[in-house]
Amino acid sequence: MEAASPFMDALYSAAMRMTRNRADAEDLVQETYLRAYRGYDRFEEGTNLRAWLYRILTNTFINSYRAKQRRPDESDLSDVEDLYLYRRLGGMETAELGRSAEDTLLDLVTDSEVKSALDALPEQFRVAVLLADVEGFSYKEIAEMLDIPIGTVMSRLHRGRKALQKTLADYALDRGLVPVPNADPTSTS
Amino acid sequence: MDEENCDEALTELYRFLDDELDEATRVQIQVHLDGCSTCLEAFDFEVELRRVIRSRCQERVPDELRARVLEAIEEIGLTDPGSLDAGAPDSTGPA
Repeated sequence: MEAASPFMDALYSAAMRMTRNRADAEDLVQETYLRAYRGYDRFEEGTNLRAWLYRILTNTFINSYRAKQRRPDESDLSDVEDLYLYRRLGGMETAELGRSAEDTLLDLVTDSEVKSALDALPEQFRVAVLLADVEGFSYKEIAEMLDIPIGTVMSRLHRGRKALQKTLADYALDRGLVPVPNADPTSTS
Repeated sequence: MDEENCDEALTELYRFLDDELDEATRVQIQVHLDGCSTCLEAFDFEVELRRVIRSRCQERVPDELRARVLEAIEEIGLTDPGSLDAGAPDSTGPA
């Protein structure tokens, strides 16, 4: 079980994004490790320890902490076009400036903006995006962790990612980093 | 450049980046990307965005929590794990 120790930073990061506050995240991590330790005889050697720990984390979060939070409201979710952030940045022409997409993005979004953009997503979308884009789990692994069909994972990811991009674009707009919204983002082609 | 191929590539963009496509479709999109800088730029942007998001939300476990967890595990380790299961807080069941 010592093998699980290196995952603690990552699990804590995920717990912070799930619970959105430090006290609950700490409790969630501790509970996850205790459950993992107690259930370790049910862990099959040779299978993915990391995925197993995240499954416990996710289940513990859903069963213990979700009830405390407001019901997720899907109507809060922004529905924008695919590639929203990219298209909004169309005017910046990163290649012309000789800058990589990564450099541009690092300037564009700060730590706190990424965190609060994720935090702003309704829970079921937040958890799906977190498990896929931050933790890199497959649709199948996420479906198993959340006990939902793969199609539902895909639809939550699709909607969650778009809403996340909309929020990030709004932050960048507030800081004057992207063109104003009345400029048609699709007209740059 | 074939616009139809661009549409298909963009439709499959996330499944491609998520590594969830069957091999034939994946290769088809890769071939398209190799020849279409417009789509490649969009794909690159999404890859980088994901990388930035991932790097921006890493936290470090507070030392105090790490110590608390290891201590709690050690405490359990001294007792018979079977007996702990029966009295575990999570065995009270869902509300």
